[in-house]
Amino acid sequence: MKTTLKLIPFFIAIAFFASCDKTSNTNKKKGALGTNAAEKVYVAPGEYDDYYAFVSGGFSGQLSVYGLPSGRLFKVIPVFSQDAEKAYGYNEETKPMLNTSHGFVPWDDAHHPDISQTNGSLDGRWVFINGNNTPRIAKVDLTTFETTEIIELPNSAGNHSSSFVTENTEYVVAGTRFSVPIPQKDMPIKEYKGNFKGSLSFISVDPEDGGMDLKFQILMPGFNYDLAHPGRGASHGWFFFSTYNTEEASTLLEVNASQNDKDFIAAINWKKAEEYIKEGKGKKVPARYAHNTYNENTHLATSTMMEEVLTLDASELPGLVYLLPTPKSPHGCDVDPSGEYIVGSGKLSANLTVHSFTKMLAAIEAKSFEGDAYGIPILKFEDVLAGVVDQAGLGPLHTEFDGKGNGYTSFFISSEVVKWKLGTWEVIDRQPCYYSVGHIMIPGGNSRAPFGNYLLAMNKITKDRYLPTGPEVTQSAQLYDISGEKMELLLDFPTVGEPHYAAGIAADIVMKNSKKIFKLEENEHPFAAKSEAETKVVRDGKVVHIYMTTIRSHFAPDNIEGIKVGDKVYFHVTNLEQDYDVPHGVSIIGANTSELLIMPGQTETFVWEPKEVGVWPFYCTDFCSALHQEMQGYVRVSPSNSALPLSWSVGED
Amino acid sequence: MKYYLMTLVFFSSFLFLNCGNGTPEKNSESIKIGTTPKSESPVSSQKTDASAMIDLNNKGVGPIKNLTLESSIDEAMALTGQEHFRTKCMACHKPDKKFIGPAPTGILERRSPEWIMNMILNPQEMVEKDPIARQLLIDHNGSPMANQSLTEEEARSILEYFRTLK
Repeated sequence: MKTTLKLIPFFIAIAFFASCDKTSNTNKKKGALGTNAAEKVYVAPGEYDDYYAFVSGGFSGQLSVYGLPSGRLFKVIPVFSQDAEKAYGYNEETKPMLNTSHGFVPWDDAHHPDISQTNGSLDGRWVFINGNNTPRIAKVDLTTFETTEIIELPNSAGNHSSSFVTENTEYVVAGTRFSVPIPQKDMPIKEYKGNFKGSLSFISVDPEDGGMDLKFQILMPGFNYDLAHPGRGASHGWFFFSTYNTEEASTLLEVNASQNDKDFIAAINWKKAEEYIKEGKGKKVPARYAHNTYNENTHLATSTMMEEVLTLDASELPGLVYLLPTPKSPHGCDVDPSGEYIVGSGKLSANLTVHSFTKMLAAIEAKSFEGDAYGIPILKFEDVLAGVVDQAGLGPLHTEFDGKGNGYTSFFISSEVVKWKLGTWEVIDRQPCYYSVGHIMIPGGNSRAPFGNYLLAMNKITKDRYLPTGPEVTQSAQLYDISGEKMELLLDFPTVGEPHYAAGIAADIVMKNSKKIFKLEENEHPFAAKSEAETKVVRDGKVVHIYMTTIRSHFAPDNIEGIKVGDKVYFHVTNLEQDYDVPHGVSIIGANTSELLIMPGQTETFVWEPKEVGVWPFYCTDFCSALHQEMQGYVRVSPSNSALPLSWSVGED
Repeated sequence: MKYYLMTLVFFSSFLFLNCGNGTPEKNSESIKIGTTPKSESPVSSQKTDASAMIDLNNKGVGPIKNLTLESSIDEAMALTGQEHFRTKCMACHKPDKKFIGPAPTGILERRSPEWIMNMILNPQEMVEKDPIARQLLIDHNGSPMANQSLTEEEARSILEYFRTLK
């Protein structure tokens, strides 16, 4: 292990020189004009891309939607972060989405999107994504491309080995990176070993409406749980997590968590967990966590504080968890389309370790254990090993599959993607990435049925690849054609930072379900005005509710008098449009919040607390029609002691 | 956005028309700044060209090809139509006077039943292809007829309601 550490600077140096060399070669020999790469990514004006790519925004807390192969950005979906453009987390309706047991948390670090599956194939109904920092799992509805549910995870910290779905979306699964005292308590950090615990959370997903429910948590030894993937096919019913820091260090992990020659891939038998729960072996423990849901009919989010969670202790329940020794702090933990091979990428290694599910079952059957960790059986490395992809590159991280018998692994240190063959473990091709690739994504590449035409590499560093923009430069993704024997780099494109991981799906599965409007008749917002006849202004002490409507190209009412300094004024604005692509926006001078962006048939609310006497304008902020610039109104604000009654109007009636 | 582009095209053509005609109609009235107009409706009450365009044979462009009305009015249907009109149309149309768009009173004396339903169900293509619809857009300051995504049945009930407005 120490040798490895010493070698790292050497590896980096090699990688650096290698990168420079490859760059200059590429620029000279292989410009886009030197091949037909440009043709392969060109999507003519008005035509559609073949794939959606949902690329996580990393520390921006968002999920961005790109088309492949063009790399064109369609939408940035706010998930864990406020977004002033769309009023997400600013308007009264969506603020509860960002509520947690720690109060309102308007940001998170969004890492691993995963698309829902039916029978092991992507069904395109929802995208799930994890928030790392204040552990949460969010669900984005692919009919509206909006975040409709967020569930917080208690007993978790650094929610990194998340969010991955089982092959019928029975569960979306989330694991903790940090182990912590469970339940949390005041104790010396140095007493970590043996006292801290990890937790792996299984969140059920309602097959009808997608409603999430934290069904159970498996309590694990105090390791770091890094990444995960579900079993599929024969291994359906199992879930695999990579672990590191089996040393249980609490300080200087870059040295102290790299001592053991092997850490583990933890194989979780979640069907067994369900049996134990049926037998009453689960333990309900107190836990505070927020469960936030958005209702498409009321257009309102509600946040409910939950009080307890069902736990299963892996150390006490035999057959629930087995540990597969895996060299050198494995990071990626990926399962091939057949469900037979589990690939562990020891990030400090040059090799990939591939475990066999069949061999694992046989070893369990034979009770051939090497020992145990806190009561959890450790299988013998040789017993479960299917093969090794030898000397494939430096710093392997993640593997995806093309469904044609090949794996593709990203190598961070040597900055490349390597294609290798399942079963023979031979390297077939390697292509450089610019630079320092993290995750790679093949649409459907973590399902039983990958689409297998393209591979997207998401890079951590771009250095000299784009026009400089000061110290902070763009982050990027790179698209490779993998339809042939050799991979071909087609396109570089900049992305919203950080492009951590992505999930891709054929466009036709998703686009046919895309919603165009919200139906006015189905609008159950308590403050909706579903016609101009229903518009009004109502005072309740110092609180004023304006029931307002918009349609091209006016507000109703658009003249309002009788508002007073010190009032708290709620603008509840309903967009009466019932046509595709006609949102309206609104804000008023001095509002201490964002604009609203209201879809057809939707009601949204912002609060304005006028501080000065005067006549103050409001206007439509989203260019809606030829008369958009006419779409405006006034609110008269009188002194707090004014006796002027409320009045409102539109036109001169 | 699409409407905006479309409307721009029409505005442009309107400008050319005006150039060709010499003096635009608006200039024939004197401009009064700082006075409150006494007009009945909040928008200009100038005489429109489309109001003079009566064509009961023009069926417009859209899903409704032929429609024969019963001689008597279906009161129940008209009542349903009035409710749809109230919730989906009245933000821009008042029954008996011009508002954002024209008033429907007496519309069956000016337009065919098919034209009316096509205008409700297919407004975008109507303003692109139908000369009356296009003139109406110009007359109403380029304010587009919104597609309110009504069903044929709902539009039909609104037509029945229009028959009661005389």
